[in-house]
Amino acid sequence: MQPVILWTDALVFALVAAVAGLVLFIRRHEHLCAPWAGVAKRPMAMGAALVLAVFVVIGLLDSLHYRERLPDSPPDKPQYSVEVLSAFDALVGPLRTQQEKTYSAPLAMRLYAKEFVDHDGVAVREYPRLKYGGAHLESEADRRADLVRRVLLGGAQGLAIALLLLGALAAWQARCSRQSYGEWLVAFGTGGLGWPGRTVATTLALIAIMLAVVIQLASGYHVLGTDKVGQDVLYISLKSIRTGLVIGTLTTLVTLPLAIVLGIAAGYFRGWVDDVIQYVYTVLNSIPGVLLIAAAVLIVQVYIESNPELFDTAAARADIRLLALCIIMGVTSWTGLARLLRGESLKLRTLDYVEAARAFGVSHSRIIGRHIFPNVFHLVLIAIVLDFSGLVLAEAVLSYVGVGVDPGMYSWGNMINGARLELAREPVVWWQLGAAFAFMFTLVLAANLFADGVRDAFDPRVGGRR
Amino acid sequence: MNILLKVEQLVTEIGAARVVDGVSFSIAAGETYALLGESGCGKSMTALSLMRLLPDGGRIAAGTVALADTDVRALPEYEMRSVRGGRMAMIFQEPMLALNPVMKVGDQIVEALALHRGLSGQPARDAARALLDAVGVPDPVRRLDSYPFELSGGLRQRMMIAMALAGEPHLLIADEPTTALDVTIQAQVLDVLRRLKAERGMGMLLITHDLGVVAENADRVGVMYAGELLEEGNRADFFATPQHPYSRMLFEALPRAGGNGRLATLPSQVPKLTEQLHGCRFVPRCPHAAQRCRQESPGWQTIGNQRVRCHFAGQLGDALPQATGEPVTSQPAMPAADLLRVDRLAVHFPIRRGLFQRTVGHVRAVDGVSFSIPAGHTLALVGESGCGKTTVGKALLRLVEPTAGTVQLAAEMLTERNLASLRRQAQMVFQDPYSSLNPRMRVADILLEGMDALKVGATAQRRDAVARLLKQVGLPDDAGGRYPHAFSGGQRQRIAIARALAVAPRLVICDEPTSALDVSVQAQILNLLKDLQAELGLAYLFITHNLAVVEYLAHEVAVMYLGRIVETGPAAEILRAPRHPYTQALIAAVPRLDGGMGHKTYLAGDQPSPLNPPSGCHFHPRCPHASAVCRQRYPEATQLGAQHRVHCHWVAGQPVQSPAA
Amino acid sequence: MFAYLLRRILYAIPILIGVNLLTFTLFFVVNTPDDMARLQLGAKHVTPEAIERWKVEHGYDKPLLLNREMQGSAQFTDTIFFKHSAAMFAFEFGKGDDGRDIGNEIATRMGPSLAIALPVFVIGLLVNVSFALLMVFFRATYLDLWGVVLCVVLMSISGLFYIIAGQYFIAKLWNLLPISGFADGIDAFKFVLLPVLVGVVSGIGSGARWYRTIFLEEIGKDYVRTARAKGLSEVRVLFRHVLKNGLIPILTGAVVVLPLLFMGSLITESFFGIPGLGSYTIDAIQAQDFSVVRAMVFLGAVLYIIGLILTDLSYAWADPRVRLQ
Repeated sequence: MQPVILWTDALVFALVAAVAGLVLFIRRHEHLCAPWAGVAKRPMAMGAALVLAVFVVIGLLDSLHYRERLPDSPPDKPQYSVEVLSAFDALVGPLRTQQEKTYSAPLAMRLYAKEFVDHDGVAVREYPRLKYGGAHLESEADRRADLVRRVLLGGAQGLAIALLLLGALAAWQARCSRQSYGEWLVAFGTGGLGWPGRTVATTLALIAIMLAVVIQLASGYHVLGTDKVGQDVLYISLKSIRTGLVIGTLTTLVTLPLAIVLGIAAGYFRGWVDDVIQYVYTVLNSIPGVLLIAAAVLIVQVYIESNPELFDTAAARADIRLLALCIIMGVTSWTGLARLLRGESLKLRTLDYVEAARAFGVSHSRIIGRHIFPNVFHLVLIAIVLDFSGLVLAEAVLSYVGVGVDPGMYSWGNMINGARLELAREPVVWWQLGAAFAFMFTLVLAANLFADGVRDAFDPRVGGRR
Repeated sequence: MNILLKVEQLVTEIGAARVVDGVSFSIAAGETYALLGESGCGKSMTALSLMRLLPDGGRIAAGTVALADTDVRALPEYEMRSVRGGRMAMIFQEPMLALNPVMKVGDQIVEALALHRGLSGQPARDAARALLDAVGVPDPVRRLDSYPFELSGGLRQRMMIAMALAGEPHLLIADEPTTALDVTIQAQVLDVLRRLKAERGMGMLLITHDLGVVAENADRVGVMYAGELLEEGNRADFFATPQHPYSRMLFEALPRAGGNGRLATLPSQVPKLTEQLHGCRFVPRCPHAAQRCRQESPGWQTIGNQRVRCHFAGQLGDALPQATGEPVTSQPAMPAADLLRVDRLAVHFPIRRGLFQRTVGHVRAVDGVSFSIPAGHTLALVGESGCGKTTVGKALLRLVEPTAGTVQLAAEMLTERNLASLRRQAQMVFQDPYSSLNPRMRVADILLEGMDALKVGATAQRRDAVARLLKQVGLPDDAGGRYPHAFSGGQRQRIAIARALAVAPRLVICDEPTSALDVSVQAQILNLLKDLQAELGLAYLFITHNLAVVEYLAHEVAVMYLGRIVETGPAAEILRAPRHPYTQALIAAVPRLDGGMGHKTYLAGDQPSPLNPPSGCHFHPRCPHASAVCRQRYPEATQLGAQHRVHCHWVAGQPVQSPAA
Repeated sequence: MFAYLLRRILYAIPILIGVNLLTFTLFFVVNTPDDMARLQLGAKHVTPEAIERWKVEHGYDKPLLLNREMQGSAQFTDTIFFKHSAAMFAFEFGKGDDGRDIGNEIATRMGPSLAIALPVFVIGLLVNVSFALLMVFFRATYLDLWGVVLCVVLMSISGLFYIIAGQYFIAKLWNLLPISGFADGIDAFKFVLLPVLVGVVSGIGSGARWYRTIFLEEIGKDYVRTARAKGLSEVRVLFRHVLKNGLIPILTGAVVVLPLLFMGSLITESFFGIPGLGSYTIDAIQAQDFSVVRAMVFLGAVLYIIGLILTDLSYAWADPRVRLQ
C-alpha cells in the first residue's frame, strides 16, 4: 500500500488543522466563545450541525488516499495499482466492487434492460437476475420478507446504538455538571439542559437508525439502484460528498485572503488604494461569472492536456482540475465579501477607538490587526457558512454547463448531467437523479440551517445585543 | 380639577423584565406633568404603555389607564387607533429618526389629518399649513413639500409637534422632546410647547431627565426609579424640598459653579429589573438605607402637598444645598506658562463637484481659531453642535489634518516630524463610552496600547502601570482582565480616561466626555477629572455644549460659532457677564432650576450651515443687535479685560465698561 | 446630474478596457492560438500544418500585439489584439466557428431571452415582495416561522431540480405544457409559461427571505412607531411606510440585473430549448467557440456597467435623500 496525497487532500487536512487551531483559540477567549454558545442553544442549528458532521466524516475518510500494491509484484520492487482508493473505499469495499451490467432499480433483483438469457439451453429474452442485488435469495417471492427483516434488524441496531450513545452522553455530562445520572436525565427530558439535548438526541438516533438500516440493506441489495454502467448509485452518491465539501470549503479558502486583505485595505486606507481595488472588483464583477469560470476552466483543461506527464493517475488529473475549479471560483467570488468588508471598515475607521489608537500613533498594520479585523471577523464567518451551500449548488450547474469538475469524477453535478437524458426513457430511470438531488438537498439544507443559526448568533443587528 | 388621564397600578413587562412596576398618577386638563428620571428607569415605557405602542415582546400586565372616561386598556385595537393621534398624541426624542425619511413632511401631517379629521385635498393642506403656523415654522407652504432630511433638527421637531396636534389631542405625550436638540433650539421648542398647551388647554405628559426642563415647564413632577414612581408633588414644592433621597441626589449631582465643592455621586447601579426585587429599590445606592428598607417596600406617605415612597420620609432634614444664586468663585489667575498655544488653526474640507471632481469650495469647519491653555488649567470650548469644536480637538491631535495655523505644545512647534512627542503630551477622551473602547480587547490591552505604541517605560513596568492606572481612575484591580462589555457607561468612561493617562500626557482633550451619561454618573466623572487635575497638574481642553459643566470645571471659556471663536475669557466673567450676543443667548437659553423664566429673549432661527456661512459677522442673521456693518465685515477682536476678548461690532461700539462692574 | 452621468460613462471606459485586457490575456496569452487549435482539432489531426490552417481560417495567424512586418499604424492594427479585442469597442464581434455573424446572432436572440427573463424578473419580484410582506405582517408567529423554514427549504433545492421536476411533471406526466421549444409571436406564450413558472419558483426561497429581513429592519425603526402613534392601522403602516422605505434597497438592488436580462439564463434556455443568448452562450462554451465566448463577456460587461449606472439613477429617483453630483 502506498499513501497518495492529492493536492486537495493536503489542503483539506490543512483546513482541518486550521479549524482545530481556531477552536482552541476561541475556547480560550470568553467573548469569542459567547456567540458560539448562542449557536449551541439553537435546536435547528445543532441538528443541522450533526447532519453536517456525518457528511464531513465521510468526506474526510474519503480524503485519505492510497494505491494498492499489485498482488503479483515482487516484494523488493513493489508495483502499485494505477487506481487511487481511499479509506472510505476500503470501508465500504463491496459497494464499490459489486458492479452490475447496467441500470437496475433501487432494491431490485433484476436488471432494467432485457437480455437474452440462457434457460436450460433455450435463449429467452427477459430481465435477467442481478449478479449481486438480492443474489442471496432463491426466489423473488422472498424479497419482501427479506427487506422487512433487514429494515427491522437495522432499526433495532440503530436504536441500540443511539441509546448506548445517550447513556454515554448522560454519564459524561452528569459527571461534568456534578449531577446524579437521574437528575441529568430529568433535566434532559424536560428540556432544562441549557442546550437542545432532545433535538441532538433525536437527530443522533435518526442518523444512527438510518445508517444501520442502509448498512443492512446494502449488504444484500443496491439500495439506490445502479447506473448505466452498473455501478451502485449509493456508492457514487457517497463518493460525491467529498467533491461537494471540497468545493464548498476550499473555494472559500481562496476567497478569504483576497476578500479580507483587499476589502479591509480599501475601506481603511481609502484614497487611491480604494480606487484601485474598486476598479479591480468592478472589472471582475462586470464579467458574467459563468463565462469567466468557463474561460478559465477551458484554459486549465488545455494546460492539463498539453502536460500529461505531470499527472501519473487519472485521480491526480481530476484532482488538479477540482483544485483549479476551486481557485477559479474563489478568484471570481471574492468581490461580494470584499465589498461588505470595505463598507464595514469604512464605518469602523471612524469609530472613537480607532481614533484613540491613531492618537497614540499606533501603526496601520496594528490598527487593522487589533481593531478592524477582529471587529469584522463575524462577517467573514457568516459569509463562509452562507457561501458554502451556494457553492455546492453551483457545482451542479457548472458541471451541467461542462465547466465543472472532471467528467470522470464522482460528483452530484456529473450524476445529474449523466442521468437527465434518461428521464425520456420509458419507464423512467429516476433513481440516479433522485439520489443526487436528495444528497445535495440534505447537505445544503443542513448547511443553510446551520448558517442561519450562526448568523443569528453573530450578527448584532439580529441578536439584539449591544 | 378636570382629570384627563388617570393611571393606576400600571405594570408593563418586556420579556421577563418588569420595566414599569405599579405606577399611578393622574394628569388634569391644561396641566403639564413631568416624569423625571435617568435612562432606563421606565419613563418612556410608561408613555408607550399609555399609547399601547410597546415594542415587540412588551405587554401591559396589570393596572388601568383611563383617558377621561375611556378605559384605554379595554379598547379593541381598531378603536384604540382613533384614540392614538386623536385624543392622545405623542412626540418622540429623535426627530430625524421619528419622521419617515422618504415622505414629504406635509404628506405625513396630512395623513394624520385625514385619519382624525377626515380632511383631504386642499382643505387638508390648508389645515396642515395652519398647524405649521401654530408651531412657528417659517415659510410653511414651502416647508410642507420638504423632506425631513432637508430640515434642521428644530424644524423637524416642530413638524413632529404639528403632526401630533393634527388630531387635536386632549393629551400630548412628549418623550424627551428636546434632548437631541441644541440648547437655543431647545428653548424655542419648549416655548412652542408651553404656548400650545396654554392655547389649547391640553394636558401634557413631559418625559425628561433634565431638572431644568422640569423647572421651566412642569406643573407637577413625578420621579421614577427602576420602574417605580418614588415621589410626586407640585413643581414649587418639589424644587424647594425634594423628599426622596434619590431626588435629592439628582439635585446634588448637578454641576454647580464654585468648583471647590465636590458633586454628590451615587454608588452602585440601578438594579436589574429581571430579578425579583424586595424592599426599596434604591437601597443599594441610598446613604440612609436601614434594615427595614431592605425588607419592606415603602408605601406612599404624604408630606404637605407632596407624596413620597420612603421609610424616612420627612425625617431627612433640609440638607439640600441651594442650587442657584451661589456666587461664582473665580480662581486667582495662576501665573502659569502656556502649555498649549494655538494660532489661527483652520480645518477646511474641500467640496468636490462636476465632471472632474474639482474643488469648488470648502466647508470651513474650523476657520482661524486661536487660544492658549496654561499648564494645569482648563479651557472650555463651548458651542452648539456643528460649530466645529470637536474638529478643533481632533486637529490638535492631528487626527484631522489642519489646513493652516500653528500649534505649539510645551514651547515646541508641532510639525509632521515630532508627532510622537505630541502624542505623548496630549491625549483625548471621547464622547461615547460605547464606541470609544474596542469590544474585542481586554481592558489591560486597551491601556497598554498607547504605552506600547509610544514606548513609554520598559515593557516590564507597563504591567504595573496598568494596575496603577486602574486604581487612579477608581476601577477594581481585576478590571484589566475583563472586556469592555462587562462595564457600565460610567466605568467605560473611566477606562477611556485611564487609557489617555497611560502615556502620562500633560494635556487631555475631553470631547463631551459626560454628555452620554446620566447626571449621577456625570458627577462621578467630573469629580474624577477634577481630582486628576489637582493630582497630576493636567491641563484640559474641555469641549462641551453643557454650560453647567463649564461653570463647575473650567478656568477659561472660549465660545465658538460657525468655526470661529466669538468670545473668550475667564469662565467666571463670561458666565456672569457675557458680552457677545450669542454668548448671552446661549446662557439665557439654559433652563434655570428656579423656573424663573421672566422675560427671556430666545434666539430665533437655526445655526447656518458652515458650507455657506453668512457674510460679515456669521451671527448677524440671528442677532438682535445686528446693524449694517455686521452684514459686511467680520468684527475684529475687542479687548474687554486682561483676557476677555470678543468679536462683535455692537460690543465694540459701546462705551468701555470696567469688567464685572 | 448631467455631469454625473457623463462621469459615470467616462468611468465605464477604463472598466471595459480592463475587461478586454483580461479576456485577451485569458484567451490569447495564457492560452496561445496554437493551444486552441490543438484543443479544437483533437488529438488525431495535430500536425503543424493543420494548426496553421486552423489559425488562418479563424484569423489567429497574426502576432498578438505588434506586427513588425507591417508599416506605420498597421503595426498595431494588423494584430490579434486589434482585430479581435479592440474591435469589440465598435461592437464588431466577427464570426463564430459556425461562420455566422455574432452581432447578428445577438440581435436576433435577444428577443427570446427577454421573453423568458423579463417575466421571471417582474413576476418574481412581485411574488417575493408579497410573500415577504405576508411574513412580516405575521411576524413572530408560527406563520412567519414556517414561512422562513419554507424559504430555507426552497433555497436549498438545486435550480436544476426545479427545471427537471417541472419538465417531468407538468410537461411530460400531465401534458399541460410543451416540454421545450419556442415559437415566434403569440404562440410563444405556451412555450414561455413553464420556464417562467420554474424561474419564479426557484427564486422564491432566497428572494422572499432576503426581502423579509429588509422589511423587518425597517419595521423596527422609529418612524414606524410614529406612524402607529398617529393611529394608522398596521396594514396602512406596512403599505404606506414600511413598503416604501423597504422597496428602495430592493428596487435599486434589482435594477443592476435589469440590463443583464438580455443575456438570458444559461441553464433555463438550454433545458427548454429557447433560442436565446443563454443557450447561444452555453453552446459556445461546450463547442469551445472562443470568439462567441469573448463577445458574450464583452456584452455582459457593457450591460453590467449600464446596470450600475441605472442603479445610481434609480436611487436618486426613489430616494429623495440621494442627489447625484
